Amino acid sequence: MPVLRIPTPLRTYTQGQSEVTVQGGTVAEAMDELTARFPSLRAHLFNGDNQLRPFVNLFLNDENIKELQGLETSLKESDRLMLIPSIAGGRV
Amino acid sequence: MLPNLSHSEILRYSRHLLIPEVGLEGQRKLKAASVLVIGTGGLGSPVALYLAAAGVGCIGLVDYDIVDFSNLQRQVIHGTSTLGKLKVESARQRILDINPDIQVEVYNEAFTSENAMRIAEGYDIIIDGTDNFPTRYLVNDVSVMLGKANVYGSIFRFDGQASVFDAKRGPCYRCLFPEPPPPGLVPSCAEGGVLGVLPGTIGTIQATEALKLILGIGEPLIGRLLLYNALDMTFEYVKLRKNPKCKVCSPNPEITELIDYEAFCGVPGHDHDEGSAGAGWDISATDLASRLEGGEHVRLVDVREPHELEISRLQGADLIPLGQLAAHLSELDTAEEMVVFCKSGSRSARALELLVSAGFRKVKNLKGGINAWAREVDTSLPVY
Repeated sequence: MPVLRIPTPLRTYTQGQSEVTVQGGTVAEAMDELTARFPSLRAHLFNGDNQLRPFVNLFLNDENIKELQGLETSLKESDRLMLIPSIAGGRV
Repeated sequence: MLPNLSHSEILRYSRHLLIPEVGLEGQRKLKAASVLVIGTGGLGSPVALYLAAAGVGCIGLVDYDIVDFSNLQRQVIHGTSTLGKLKVESARQRILDINPDIQVEVYNEAFTSENAMRIAEGYDIIIDGTDNFPTRYLVNDVSVMLGKANVYGSIFRFDGQASVFDAKRGPCYRCLFPEPPPPGLVPSCAEGGVLGVLPGTIGTIQATEALKLILGIGEPLIGRLLLYNALDMTFEYVKLRKNPKCKVCSPNPEITELIDYEAFCGVPGHDHDEGSAGAGWDISATDLASRLEGGEHVRLVDVREPHELEISRLQGADLIPLGQLAAHLSELDTAEEMVVFCKSGSRSARALELLVSAGFRKVKNLKGGINAWAREVDTSLPVY
């Protein structure tokens, strides 16, 4: 089953898990299934119109889903999804 | 015309001169090059140390801070002997000790929309070693507008990111992150912590990329984002593409001059951890102490993480970590006087916001957090 990698800042909402397996034929289905399991994650990833929020980047293997068919991109068993967070640390 | 090397420089750089990809000409390119390092903290420390050692002819350092005891866990350019000194002076002293043949320019000021163009225009490459979203967007936009490469690095706890944003040859930071996350969603390192060696790994990668760009060798991280995780010890890459609608680097950009980045991001342009909930919502540690001593009933809610209780705790306080507060509102009483606190007051200010939006009115934020309590009321507690 496809695997989704959760970045450190969002692991609070996945009970500390760094990777979760997801189910679904498309990215949208996989994300629906994921956020059904971890409801508090949904508001961090999606806006009210069920679109990914502008600061959320979701990559399928090494390609941004924006460059593919967005949330409608189909998923294979061996696929790996990665959420790429905005992080800002460095100077302090 | 590239500058010549003295005999002592030839000896100093002999290990570079032996590499065919660098050689004498490459070393002369490094001597002719200038790099601006924004921030002399976790990332800026290894960047400046290695660029100086490598013989980059001119290094500019921008920072407005002073060296603090809690910096030394990771900011290896500073030391116990420079505590309390300006960071740019401490850094200059250290890198000139490594290499007195280079030139170091220091800017003891915050990097802002007012001074950014003036500071950056004279440099070949800009290195982003900042710690907050407003300055990252500013560094990006300045680099795009001046047509310079922005060597990006960012860290959080055990995670690091690095890339080279050069809008002339690939995407910029805004192509990947058109907008910053809402304030408070991503904790800063001052709140969330960072493994001390992590900025060493990422900063060293930034320094490597800067040297490759100057020498014109190898495959720079243009159009690629490196994702590093220290716990899993994984390096992964994703492809980055230019956003044809990017507000700053597309052919018809919407942003053609620097904007108000603090307003754009909704947060101050520095990673401070002293939080305030705003006028009327804060209570000082000494005021809280006298209310408690006077026998007043005040419910204390600690919104830190459980592991922080091992460092310091307030007697009688209930622990509800900020991330779980929304799910535990039913355990709190709107009629009860309440004070929320964390380490320094930032997380509790957000907790207070959440409580107020849920209808709580008799709630105050402990200004400066348990650290203020440790300084002003109970000095047997440590400050962290």
